[in-house]
Amino acid sequence: MDERQIVGKPASAGYAAGPVALLSQTAGAPRTGGDRDIEMGALDSAVAAAIDDLSPLAAKAEGDGADIIAFQIAMLEDRALVQPAYADIEAGLSADEAWRRALDRQISDYESSADDYFRARATDLTDIRGRVLAALTGVKADAPLPAGAILVGEDLTPSRFLSTDWSRGGGIVLTRGSASSHVATLARARGVPMIVGAPLDLGKLASGTQALLDGENATLWLNPAPSTVHSLTGREGATAAVRIEEDERRLLPAATADGTAIGVYANISDLGEIASFDIGGFHGVGLVRTEFLFGRGSRLPSEDEQYVAYRGLAEWARGKPVTIRTLDAGADKPIPGLTLAQETNPFLGLRGVRLSLARPDVFRVQLRALCRAAVHGAIEIMLPMVSVPGEVEQARRYLREEAQALSALGVAYREPSLGIMVEVPAAAIAIERFDADFFSIGSNDLTQYVMAAARDDSAVGSLNDPMDPAVLRLIAQVAAHAKATNRKASLCGDAAAEPTYIESLLRAGLRVLSIAPAALGRVKEAIARVDLSRSAT
Amino acid sequence: MNDKIAELSATLANPLGLHARPSVKLTRLAKTFASEIEMRPAGEETWIDAKSIVKVMAVKATKGVILQFRAKGSDADEALAALKALVLRGFAEDPGLSEQTEPLNG
Repeated sequence: MDERQIVGKPASAGYAAGPVALLSQTAGAPRTGGDRDIEMGALDSAVAAAIDDLSPLAAKAEGDGADIIAFQIAMLEDRALVQPAYADIEAGLSADEAWRRALDRQISDYESSADDYFRARATDLTDIRGRVLAALTGVKADAPLPAGAILVGEDLTPSRFLSTDWSRGGGIVLTRGSASSHVATLARARGVPMIVGAPLDLGKLASGTQALLDGENATLWLNPAPSTVHSLTGREGATAAVRIEEDERRLLPAATADGTAIGVYANISDLGEIASFDIGGFHGVGLVRTEFLFGRGSRLPSEDEQYVAYRGLAEWARGKPVTIRTLDAGADKPIPGLTLAQETNPFLGLRGVRLSLARPDVFRVQLRALCRAAVHGAIEIMLPMVSVPGEVEQARRYLREEAQALSALGVAYREPSLGIMVEVPAAAIAIERFDADFFSIGSNDLTQYVMAAARDDSAVGSLNDPMDPAVLRLIAQVAAHAKATNRKASLCGDAAAEPTYIESLLRAGLRVLSIAPAALGRVKEAIARVDLSRSAT
Repeated sequence: MNDKIAELSATLANPLGLHARPSVKLTRLAKTFASEIEMRPAGEETWIDAKSIVKVMAVKATKGVILQFRAKGSDADEALAALKALVLRGFAEDPGLSEQTEPLNG
């Protein structure tokens, strides 16, 4: 086979070598159908297998999660769900096609409901559809993607990324996708090489094809020639040397050339990440995304599960501050059974703290777990997507009530300080209205909302610029307000880890940056090059 | 056969209406009776099988809707009395409690 070279757009740096694993193929091959009795039998066993998969979850689940699973099982057990598929099989369709049609009708029926609650049930039906389809096509629904492989497909969901084992290397090549998508952020945090917009014909690519991936130069080689492998392996060695050099800089104090101290904090997206680095080089954790606890399986995490996770983080941080963001679901981070399935514009919809305030039953559990874990370390709570002061006030009321409830029960707790993400322009513009204990600028969302240019749309990528004067002016305003009122202001978006942006961010008045752990060396190096005693060049 | 036919109605009072959890409870309870049990929201023509969660959920009954039940069989009266009690106590586990787990402002 001849070597082929494909160039896309860079999304996450690094090198990977391994076999191609096609993402579409992990969904299983379609059945050919033919024999009606065999197809009927296959559908029955697939439904039974889906119930078997769910039953142990139902036994473990609590509260809302248990209700969701009980509902899904009850639906699967109801013959009325399968009957339309039987009729289609009778008419000659394969079991998977018949099932898909039957469920698609159900799903569109729920999606067309005027009631938010019933509309959201479409997600449960989608879940059920997927489970049975997976059983029909011989793939486990939650089957992890192969470790060490280069995953190639149209797009990849954040939950698929999180359920993949990246400890043995591997990379991501997407024909669509965007460097500013949620999954690209995750890839950079994990150091997984990733390219997007790769001009590949997926239909002509086979799983198992040997491939090399260079994330920085956005290049994929298929069937690479030995000379290509050799030159790239050499470069991999070179980056390893650069990494060690960066590592040596990790423990240096973070300060500019003129001696201004800068706080450098870590962003954590998953508990699995804390095993891979030491908190030593950081002043603390500026952002813990808690979505990793939610949306695994079909149930929501219990208070105790959350408590154990938060306590583990607090103890790992050895007394350094750990800012935990409350659930930021919605928009590009859907959670079955919680977020709304069919919003016309999810990025302007029920997401972040808006969803938490709409679902206090879920929100209060998280606040209670955080109050309990705060006994074990310097936990701070941060609210995402705050738009008006009333949201902070309502969240603070819930926090107080949960703390008081724990106190009344005699449970050990501490009420953490409560800060906000500044990512909605309304909050950045009128920042003085917000009674928050600290501010953290979410530059990814702030940029896309200020510039009205989506993060994941490459066609407007040049507009999605965190260095635009309009965005920088808002950042400067938030930093100035925080300084005047003696509160902490940090920036925790991807911009904080981009060496070429750091001087502008520091000149805008920021003194705290929160970054993906892998970027520590290069960020400290970039900080050291800035001289704030001289005017900008 | 000592088949009886009985009919009665009850108003849905819980905030989210006949959603997933109440539907699971309603169909589970209905299945404990031998009688054929059907239901419909008042004003609808078609009766649906009260033992089928697919059909019960498809009604998408919201708060305030009046549900009509009818049952045919040896335990028709008991079935309807039990179903009405379940609806009237807002689908709570125990008689006397109303459903506490709804979102407070939802």
